[in-house]
Order: sequence, then structure tokens, then C-alpha cells
Amino acid sequence: MSQGGGRRARTLNRAFALKRHSVLPGFGWTLGCTLLYLCLLVLIPLSLLFFRTAGLGWSDFWSAVTAPRVAASFKLSFAASGLGAALNAVFGFIVAWTLVRYSFPGKRLIDATVDLPFALPTAVSGIALTTVYSRTGWIGQLLEPLGIQAAFTPVGVTVALTFVGLPFVVRAVQPALQDLDPEAEEAAATLGAGRWQTFYRVILPTVMPALLTGFALAFARALGEYGSVVFISGNMPMRTEIVPLLIVSELEQYDYQGAAAIAVVMLVASFVILLLINLLQWWGARHQRREGV
Amino acid sequence: MLRPKHLARSTPIHSALALFSACSLSGCGGVEREEPSRNAGEARSEQVILLNVSYDPTREFYREFNQAFAEHWTGVTGATVTVEMSHGGAGKQARAVIDGLAADVVTLALAYDIDAIAERAGLLPANWQSRLPHNSAPYTSTIVFLVREGNPKRISDWDDLLKPGVEIITPNPKTSGGARWNYLAAWAFVLKREVSDLSKLGDPGYAADIARAETKARKFVTELFRRVPVLDSGARGSTNTFVQRGIGDVLLAWENEAFLAAEELGPDKFDIIVPSISIRAEPPVTLVDRWAEAHGVREVAEAYLEFLYSPIGQRLAAKHYYRPVYPQHADPEHLKRFPDVELISVDEVFGGWQKAQGVHFADGGIFDRIYTQ
Amino acid sequence: MFRALTARGALATAPSRVVTRERAPVRWLLTGAALAFLGVFLLVPLVAVFAEAFRKGVGAYLASFTDPLALSAIKLTLLVAAIAVPANLTFGLVAAWLVGKYEFKGKSALITLIDLPLAVSPVISGLIFVLLFGLHGALGGWLAQYNIQIIFAAPGIVLATMFVTFPYVAREVIPLMQEQGCEEEEAAISLGAGGWQTFRRVTLPNVKWALLYGVILCNARAMGEFGAVSVVSGHIRGKTNTIPLHVELLYNEYNFVAAFAVASLLVTLALVTLALKTVVEWKSRTAQTEFLPDLHNRETPDEDRTAEHLQDVWQLQGAQ
Repeated sequence: MSQGGGRRARTLNRAFALKRHSVLPGFGWTLGCTLLYLCLLVLIPLSLLFFRTAGLGWSDFWSAVTAPRVAASFKLSFAASGLGAALNAVFGFIVAWTLVRYSFPGKRLIDATVDLPFALPTAVSGIALTTVYSRTGWIGQLLEPLGIQAAFTPVGVTVALTFVGLPFVVRAVQPALQDLDPEAEEAAATLGAGRWQTFYRVILPTVMPALLTGFALAFARALGEYGSVVFISGNMPMRTEIVPLLIVSELEQYDYQGAAAIAVVMLVASFVILLLINLLQWWGARHQRREGV
Repeated sequence: MLRPKHLARSTPIHSALALFSACSLSGCGGVEREEPSRNAGEARSEQVILLNVSYDPTREFYREFNQAFAEHWTGVTGATVTVEMSHGGAGKQARAVIDGLAADVVTLALAYDIDAIAERAGLLPANWQSRLPHNSAPYTSTIVFLVREGNPKRISDWDDLLKPGVEIITPNPKTSGGARWNYLAAWAFVLKREVSDLSKLGDPGYAADIARAETKARKFVTELFRRVPVLDSGARGSTNTFVQRGIGDVLLAWENEAFLAAEELGPDKFDIIVPSISIRAEPPVTLVDRWAEAHGVREVAEAYLEFLYSPIGQRLAAKHYYRPVYPQHADPEHLKRFPDVELISVDEVFGGWQKAQGVHFADGGIFDRIYTQ
Repeated sequence: MFRALTARGALATAPSRVVTRERAPVRWLLTGAALAFLGVFLLVPLVAVFAEAFRKGVGAYLASFTDPLALSAIKLTLLVAAIAVPANLTFGLVAAWLVGKYEFKGKSALITLIDLPLAVSPVISGLIFVLLFGLHGALGGWLAQYNIQIIFAAPGIVLATMFVTFPYVAREVIPLMQEQGCEEEEAAISLGAGGWQTFRRVTLPNVKWALLYGVILCNARAMGEFGAVSVVSGHIRGKTNTIPLHVELLYNEYNFVAAFAVASLLVTLALVTLALKTVVEWKSRTAQTEFLPDLHNRETPDEDRTAEHLQDVWQLQGAQ
């Protein structure tokens, strides 16, 4: 009995132990501090959003987030973010490829500037993009004769969202391309595959997890973007109003619950993308491990 | 409904959080602003700080007026007063005050926004509008058209806005006070044209006529907003879009904003067109009792608002293209700039702001339906 | 068939570099496309800021910075960064030690929580503090009783900035601590060193470059935050306007030269951040190859490095 009990206690102990044993000190207070900080700064404020929305009731919540104007802004936000992320996936891949494989003057400089949208405050990106892409701006002038109006249309929104998501694909794909085994390509070539075939059959599948992660990151970032879009979008209800802008607009009409409801939907979308990215990273790691074996 | 319960349940955590924030951050200026003003109540030589939360196009006017008031106040009491300003779209500003932006006075674009502060936050009494003369509006304004130089699209009245190929710039009525005046001015123009005598509006005998006129008015504003390519959230944003970005053929603007834009950004580039009929916009001012008292600046704040009605205040208002309520104090040179125009008030056509807001601008109101149909 | 392929392949393989490269025109085309894309989306807007800022000459440019409103915006921004960055630095180190050195239940959930502010729209980040501290927020009534101003004052701006920038240091240091494991620390402890001593002498030197980079990035984000700060600021001139908000204010007052001049200050900050980042990356690479050549080659297989890079990218992503 005593022996059995002891074993059971040990098993229980192992099953419910908060952490694996470590000789390093400080687990307790670092855990405490981290949780406290997280709670104060993140969890409590964010949970308020849900509390505020809970006051609405399900049917009110549903009608708040499916009102035509809200639905249109969701459509625009998702479409423009998706399009921007897709543009970044294609061109970001080309940029990464160029930076990894080729050499040309000023390459280091170009490599460093790719990160600019990370470091540049969005308000600055906003006024700069609006200046450049408006009808009288440097690029807007060139687009005008083609019948394309960029600023204050969904095109402008997409431009801004492409800008903010630009570094993600490049930075995700770059290391994957660097780590690519040249032997695989050589083998493919040896087997008679053309360059395109090698790319399509050998390189792309290997880099795919990284590319998808980059896409998801660019998408997530674009979805929440506010500062740079607000200047260039034109804020037309049903046409160029993105979701974060709509939240601000609801606030200005004193509709806190409506704003909170839309925010909750956005928050859930962020959660899902976060989850997806974690899955992709796990998949990427597994993929590479399998390649390595 | 949920809030009090929630508050009661989690007070310890919340107070801990507040304590945390207050302790760790109190050194950085958050409570700084109350200290000098509180002292001011006791010792007159101290510096007094007032916060005036205003709407978009008043920047230039209040910059000069604040200086004049500071001189005046020092002359009267010996104390120095600094007036801090916050500008933005009227809706955004009222929202900030409701959420706790501790304004001592608010000077907004329309009475509805101050009503909202009284109603939702209870920071001032509901009868605030009767506390100062002229419905608490020391100056009035109206809506005019700003067009490109030489008026290439030949726009002379509201009707011309719907000519083919005309692009109109206005802010969003949901968030901008000025834009609500724009919208109501257009509506009033159609009603006036259809029924000619506005006194018929309340008369049940003309109900059919009025219904017909309102259908036309609705069609008119719908068409009008269909021609708007950019809907900024505030009046200043719209002026920038029109002037700086070169978008649109006509800007529906506050009279003072139009004059200012034409003056500051090139008198040779824009013309001001005055329509046959426009709306009498009365941007009201009032004391926010709750904060003025908390800061101990009620007396200064009241003097500040009254100073708006003084000869100096009136003269400065006219100088910055606001129509003074006491034109006798203004410089005749300034007055000459205001064109004669038939002005209709909101009460005449819409039966007051509360009603206008509910019918036209509330969620699901007529303005929303322009876009969702 | 198979034989034919290998035969042809064998012929073509001779210089092995050639088969894994594209023809020159393709190379030029791809390089051109990459440069054009970066040019249109990155460089042109960047140049535009400076072009607009210097439109009326150097004098007007410099005059924009002597305006008391600009100065107070710069002061407030520095103050906000001076509070938010050290706070997040401390938190980042504590969290990195926790996540990097211990195995415990719910660790991945904790990491996701640390990441969360990166995925939240900045507008929502501002909104939650309005819901918390606003007059009608959960704490608003209580704060109003004591006339404590949190939002629409510096504390609110600091809190919103802390929220937005708080994962940067942690996310920079965590992967490195995880990769380095605990052997060195355990050795130090077994030799009788105290916990604090071990941290200071063993752990800190190992992560210093990542830490520095995290701080630089956190600082750039803290100074440039717009969306969240805009919701909680109240826009009181000369009082609660940070540099990005001051840019917006100038822009709305037809003062375009000054707006772009102040914006160019932030652009310069961004460029300095990128330059420092490049230096730090280079330093850390040389440091790693100098001191930990074996560790890097042996214990960091490719998949780890890729995962780590992906994390790099992820932590950079910050909704502003």
C-alpha cells in the first residue's frame, strides 16, 4: 500500500508538476513577474473588449458586425490585405532570390532598406505614399494617363498595405533560400531538368513553408494597419473604408459597443493567423528535418 | 449594464492596475496640468492653464484669440493664463471629452456634439445652451463653395453641383460637424425651392407637398454624395484633399475655411462661390463644469467664453472670417468680406439638432442609406 | 529513358556552378524587377519625404524644429520612449529567462501571449485603454473621483506605447536563450555562483547583441507609434502630441514643409535603426563564429536556424 501510494504520488507529481526540475534559480519570480506584466498590460485590457461586447448579446453582435458598411469594410480589408500579401509573395520572392543568388552594386544597401517599413512610423509612410501616389504626385502623375487613380481608391489602400507587408516575405524566404542545398539543384540539372523545372519541382516546394509564413505575416500586418492607410484611402464608406478606420469612425459616433464588436472580430482573426503561422513554422521545421534525413 | 457589475467584481485587480500605472507614471506629466491651475484659485499670481477642445477650422482664430485673452486677463487680474488647444473633427473631439479628455471649455461645430457630452457623460447641465447669449454661439458661419480659379465648371448654386462631371469634396457627416452643415444646407436648399415658404413645413395641410419635397431632397443629397470621391473625417482633411491633392471641382466648406484656404494657399488659385441659400451654422461654446471646477478654473473659463462676445473677441472672429453676432464691434473692412446670402436655421427646417441627427445621421439614417442602397 | 537522361546530364554537368544559375537575361530581368518593386514601394516615398521637407530650402527645414510645439512633441516622445523601452527591456529579459531556461506547462501559450500585441491592430490597442481608463471605462469613474488623468495624458500614451512595443525585446532574446540552453548557467551555479551573478556574468554577455537590437527596434517603434497613441492622446497641442501626431497636426495646418521636415526626423531615426541593425547583425555573427564556432556548426542544424529566422521576421512584425 505504502509502496503503491508512493508510486502513485510520484506519477501524479510528474503529471501535475508545473515545470521540469532545473537547478537554475528564479523560476518562481520570473513566472510571477511575467504573468503579472502580461495580465496588467495585455490580458485585462484585452478582456475588457470581450466584456464590452458581451453586453451586446449575440443577435445584436451579429447585426453590428454584418451591417452593410461593416461587411464592406471587412471585404475591403481582407481583399486588399490578401492582394498586398500576394504581391509581396511574388515580388518579395524575386527580391529575396536576387539578394541571395546574384550580386550587383549596392546590394548590401538594398538588403538593409528592405526593412524600412518595419522601422518607419506608419504616419510618415502614410503621408509619403499619399504624396507620391496622388494625382499630382511623382507616381500618380504617371498612372493618371493610364486611367489608374491610386490615392483615395482601393488601389491606394492596396499600395499602402503592400508597403507595410513588404519585408515579411523577403525576410522569411531569404534564409530558406540560403539554406537550400545546392546539391539538390545540381542533381536535378544532372537528371536533365531545365532551370524552370528545377525551380518548380525542387526549389519552390522546399521554400514553400517559408513563403507561406511570409505571406501570412504580411497579411496579418496589413489587416491591422491604420496609420499609413488613413491618409491614402479617402475613407469612403462602402468603398475605401478599412476595418480599423471603421472602428475609429464608430468611436466618433459614440458607438462603443459597435466598435468593440468589430474589434473582437479583428482580434479573433489575428488569433487565427497567429495560430496558422505557428503551424506553418512547425510544418517548415518538420519539412526540413525530413529533407535532411 | 454590464459595467457596474464587472467593476464591482474586479475592483482589487483594477485598483492595483491603476495604482501601478499611477505610481509608475505619475512623474511624467499626467497630473501636472491640474497643479498650476489649482494653485491659481488660491494665489492669483500663479499661472493658470485652460484647455479648450475645439473643432477643425478654428485653429487660426483661437491662436490669436487666446493671446488677446491672455493679455486681457493679465490686465484684469495680474494672473497669467495659458490656453491649451486640441483640434480635430467635431465628433472625435466630443468623443474624447466624453471619454475623459479634461476640457475646461469646449468650442465645437454644432450643438448636438455638446448635447452628447451633457447626455452621455453628464459633465455639464443639459440646459447649457441657454447660459450664454445667442444660443451660446458667439459667432456664426455658413457653408459656401470653393472652386478652382475661373470656376471652370460654372458652378453658381446648389443645382450646379449635380451637373455631369462635377466632383464634390466634403468631409464625412458621420464624423465631421462641418459636413453635417453641408448636408443640411443642401437639403434645406431643395426644400426651400420646392415649398418656397418654409413656414409650411409644420403645417399638416401641406403634408403631401412636403413629403414630395423631402423625396426630392433625399434624391438630391444622394446624388450629391455619389459625386464625392474622398470623404475625409474632418473639415481640414477635406480642404487638404481639395487644395493640396488637387482632387474635385468644388469643395463644400465652412465660409471661414474657404476664405482661409483661398488666402493661405493662393488667392489666385481658388474662387469662393456663394450659393443663393445656405444654412446658418451656429458653432456653440460652453463651459465643461465638471472639469473647470475640478481644476479650479471656473472663473477664468467663464471669463474666457464671455470674452468671445466682447468687442475684441468679436473683432477677431470677423477677422478670421467668422460672422460676429455683434457686427458693430467688428472692423467694417472685415465685414465687407461677408457676402449677403439667405441663411436658414436648423430649427426652421429640421426642428432642431436632436431631430436632424436622429433622422439623417444616426445609424441607419438617411445618410447611411445613401451608401447602402 | 533513365540512361538517356543521365547521359545528357553528365555532359551538361561539367562546370557545376553553371547549371544552378539562370541565363544572364533572366538574371537581369529578375534583378530589374526586384529593384523596380523596391523602388516604387520603398525608395520613392522615402525620397519624397526629404524632397518635400527641403522644398523651401534648408532654413525653412531647420526652422520647423525650433517651433515650441515641435520641441514639446520631441520631448514627449523621448519621455515616452524613456519609460516604455526600459520597462519592456526589463520585462523582455525576465520573460526570456523564464521561457529560455525552463521547461514548464503552458509555455507555448505564454509565448503566444507575448506575441499577441504584434497581431493586434494599433487602433484596438488604443481602444482597450479607452475602455479601461475612459470616463465610462471600467476604472474611469474611480479615477475621475481623484482627478487622475490616464488617457489623454502622458500615462495613457506611455501605456499604449508599452502595449504595442512590449514583445520586441522578449522576442529578440527568447530564441537565442532557447538555442543556447542552460549548460553554461548550470555550470556556473554548480561552481557556486549566485543566480544574479550567473545571469550577469554568463547569460547577459551571451545575448547582448540580440538584446541591443531588441532595444533599438523597441525604441524605433515606441517613437513612431501612431494609431494607438492617436486614439488615447487627446491631441492637446504642445502637451499630448508625440512626433507622429505632430506631423499629422502640421499636415492639417497647411504647413507641409514643417510636416515633412518633422517626418524626416522619424525617417532618419528609421534609417539609423536599420544601420544599427546591420551593424549588430554583423557583430553578433562575428561574435558567434569567434567564440562559438562549434556550437554554431554542430548544434544549430538548418531547421533551427530557419525557425529562428522566421521568428526574427515575426518579432519584427509590429502593428504600429
